[in-house]
Amino acid sequence: MSGQVTFRIWRGEKGAGELRDYTTEISSGMVVLDVVHKIQATQANDLACRWNCKAGKCGSCSAEINGMPRLMCMTRMSDLPLDKPITIEPVRAFPHLRDLVTDVSWNYEVKKKIRKYQPRKPDNPDGTWSMEQDDIDRVQEFRKCIECYLCQDVCHVLREHSLHSKFIGPRFLVYSAALEMHPADTANRLPELKDDFGIGYCNITKCCTKVCPESIAITDNAIIPLKERVVDRYYDPLKRIFRAITGSGGD
Amino acid sequence: MPEYRTFTHDVLIVGAGGAGLRAAIEASASGVTVGLVSKSLLGKAHTVMAEGGVAAALANVDERDGWRVHFADTMRGGQYMNHPRMAELHAREAPDRVRELEAWGAVFDRTKDGKILQRNFGGHKYPRLAHVGDRTGLEMIRTLQDHGIHLGIDVHMEHTIVALLKDGSRIAGAFAYDRERGRFKVFHAKAVVLATGGIGRAYRITSNSWEYTGDGHSLAYHAGASLKDMEFVQFHPTGMVWPPSVRGILVTEGVRGEGGVLRNKDGKRFMFGDIPENYRAQTADNEEEGWRYTQGDKNARRPPELLTRDHVARCIMREVREGRGSPHGGVFLDIAWIKERLPKGEEHIKRKLPSMYHQFKQLAGIDITREPMEVGPTTHYMMGGVNVDPDTQMSDVPGLFAAGECAAGLHGANRLGGNSLSDLIVFGKRAGEYAAKFAKANSAPQLDNSQLEALARHALEPFERDTAENPYQIQHELQDRMQDLAGIVRRQEEMEKALEIIEALKQRAARASVKGNREFNPGWHTALDLQNLLTVSEAITRAAIERKESRGAHFRDDFPGKNAAEGAVNIIIRKTPGGAMSVSREPVPPMNEELKQIIEEMK
Repeated sequence: MSGQVTFRIWRGEKGAGELRDYTTEISSGMVVLDVVHKIQATQANDLACRWNCKAGKCGSCSAEINGMPRLMCMTRMSDLPLDKPITIEPVRAFPHLRDLVTDVSWNYEVKKKIRKYQPRKPDNPDGTWSMEQDDIDRVQEFRKCIECYLCQDVCHVLREHSLHSKFIGPRFLVYSAALEMHPADTANRLPELKDDFGIGYCNITKCCTKVCPESIAITDNAIIPLKERVVDRYYDPLKRIFRAITGSGGD
Repeated sequence: MPEYRTFTHDVLIVGAGGAGLRAAIEASASGVTVGLVSKSLLGKAHTVMAEGGVAAALANVDERDGWRVHFADTMRGGQYMNHPRMAELHAREAPDRVRELEAWGAVFDRTKDGKILQRNFGGHKYPRLAHVGDRTGLEMIRTLQDHGIHLGIDVHMEHTIVALLKDGSRIAGAFAYDRERGRFKVFHAKAVVLATGGIGRAYRITSNSWEYTGDGHSLAYHAGASLKDMEFVQFHPTGMVWPPSVRGILVTEGVRGEGGVLRNKDGKRFMFGDIPENYRAQTADNEEEGWRYTQGDKNARRPPELLTRDHVARCIMREVREGRGSPHGGVFLDIAWIKERLPKGEEHIKRKLPSMYHQFKQLAGIDITREPMEVGPTTHYMMGGVNVDPDTQMSDVPGLFAAGECAAGLHGANRLGGNSLSDLIVFGKRAGEYAAKFAKANSAPQLDNSQLEALARHALEPFERDTAENPYQIQHELQDRMQDLAGIVRRQEEMEKALEIIEALKQRAARASVKGNREFNPGWHTALDLQNLLTVSEAITRAAIERKESRGAHFRDDFPGKNAAEGAVNIIIRKTPGGAMSVSREPVPPMNEELKQIIEEMK
């Protein structure tokens, strides 16, 4: 694979701007980020984009490539149609800063609001916990998350309805699930999930799962089980009666 | 006059990878105010790239392990150029630091009896690396990040430090710009901890990200601190070599730890043909024994693929140079073969090496459960760095500390895999602790306003120049030249040539011009990073010229053997009052009797 390719890149500041065309030579094995770097080094020194590891591990280079939210470093040129310009745009769910860079600080604020890990007392005298591999497999799946926020970008609750103040988005439902399903954790995050974090807004269209570069089963393994826990806790009439009789846990 | 805002913290931490985060947590816990500056977004630092694991003698998998063995392994791997006290502290404290990560929410892979699992790695006598598949670094940085955000640390994301500030001989803070708006900021601090990582972007083929421009090394040097062991640059033996655009991306040593083998184009396991004398007693002499070792047989010795990184990298280079390499100039790393030995081998590979499976599948179109990988050396890690006190991590400049990759001493001439993540948490903690103590014991330093104005003006100069000097081109040229002239195999005349080129590139960097405005302008950032890259490139080259022997990661074609007299000294780089770079020698710090005895016992 080699030859010329045209990239149609969003250039501008604070949402105002335009798509601009850059034509360059590509060679075998290139990914989209390589081409963006090449354009940056030779034609547009001030082209703003984030990247770090270039190996799909840091989650910095999220963008919309031909309208599809993806990591630029993991999108091979050979998987794209090269006969027409390839559009590269910033993600949409966050405020635009410059070119391909958006203000993702909201995500950092949301994370701070989620109760941190609170382990039970250590199981062993050396301060460690005994945990079976089988019991942590699911938590480890969630902890693969590289925080690229592509799931946040495609979530219609954030992208189309801008309910950032009421809903924490798939990334932080996965984060909450990792804490809630941790075998040694003792905190209860269900009240916030129901009231402040808006888990009810998710109507499980699975868009987030489809774009996850780490292939985390966001909807099936994290969100649906969390929804079930919330339902069991707040809406199951038998359990409500049981709690009223035994006095376990207030509603 | 350019404007700037001032932020005051007792302790300023520069860098938010494993070492910086751990330092920030420790300093904050001791009750001082902490500012944490991160060049990228929080959680994206190079620590996320660490794959194989964190070395700590927990003895969960092999009860014969202990801090003494870890200490001896680290010293042997470093060819005894290490600071013995640092190697001792590291080996003694790493287990507690790992257990502490678990208490903060890290979820390591487990043994059958529910403890933290440990794996084999090059140069470690026993299975010692606590790990999470092949994404241990991500687990570590996320654990530290998620713990740290609840401690009231002021995080300044996407800020770059351009200079350290001083009050007389002591540190007074740092001068920075933020990427988003390009505004200048002054950090007024009683103590500063550098945790900026390495220098990989000085080379063309590297596993390192854009941030790795030697910032901490260069900032400390220009502030008057000495640097040590700068000739010891680790070239990791297994980086990807094909396709060209992914050249240098790391292939974890964990592949070999899980039974992966290196073969040349004739299918021969060439590592068996070259086992160094000081490792012969610990190394398998046949394939069967090597395989048994990787599967946990305590009576077996490790396969030669798990010799130290410097040695494996040179053996790969030799195979390639002598015409026995793979089609794209590397050798073959084969993990697929273990299917012959293991039922469900394919699932086993995917489970133990998930990132590698995806990396090759997505970037190279190779299924590592079926085909061998092509690999070759890539610039990976800087053993050298800021010369620090082993206990406190303070440099020669009062109030200036360094931890992690940008500090020198722990690894000597060659770092063992897994000793980097443990370095970050052991010495990150110590740096945070002693920086906080220093801040409590000292009054606030004075800032010099005229110095700030000069720094701001200097930083803006690239916008005022209208030349054809493109900062990216200068950076690329430096990378090419360092790769060719001061890389894995070094010669006197080539390195002298490198110095001439670095001098010429400094002149060009002083003329570099950038377009656009100050808001998130990578061209400007690249121009400002050039000073750091050029400084560390010069330091590497001068130190490498000075060491007239081959030892660890430093290989001289014109002095191919070890030399005892050279092995007794560390090479020190300092900035002279006139601004030139001086090179001197200091004796390697001596070992106390207890440590000497350990080395003797473990021979």
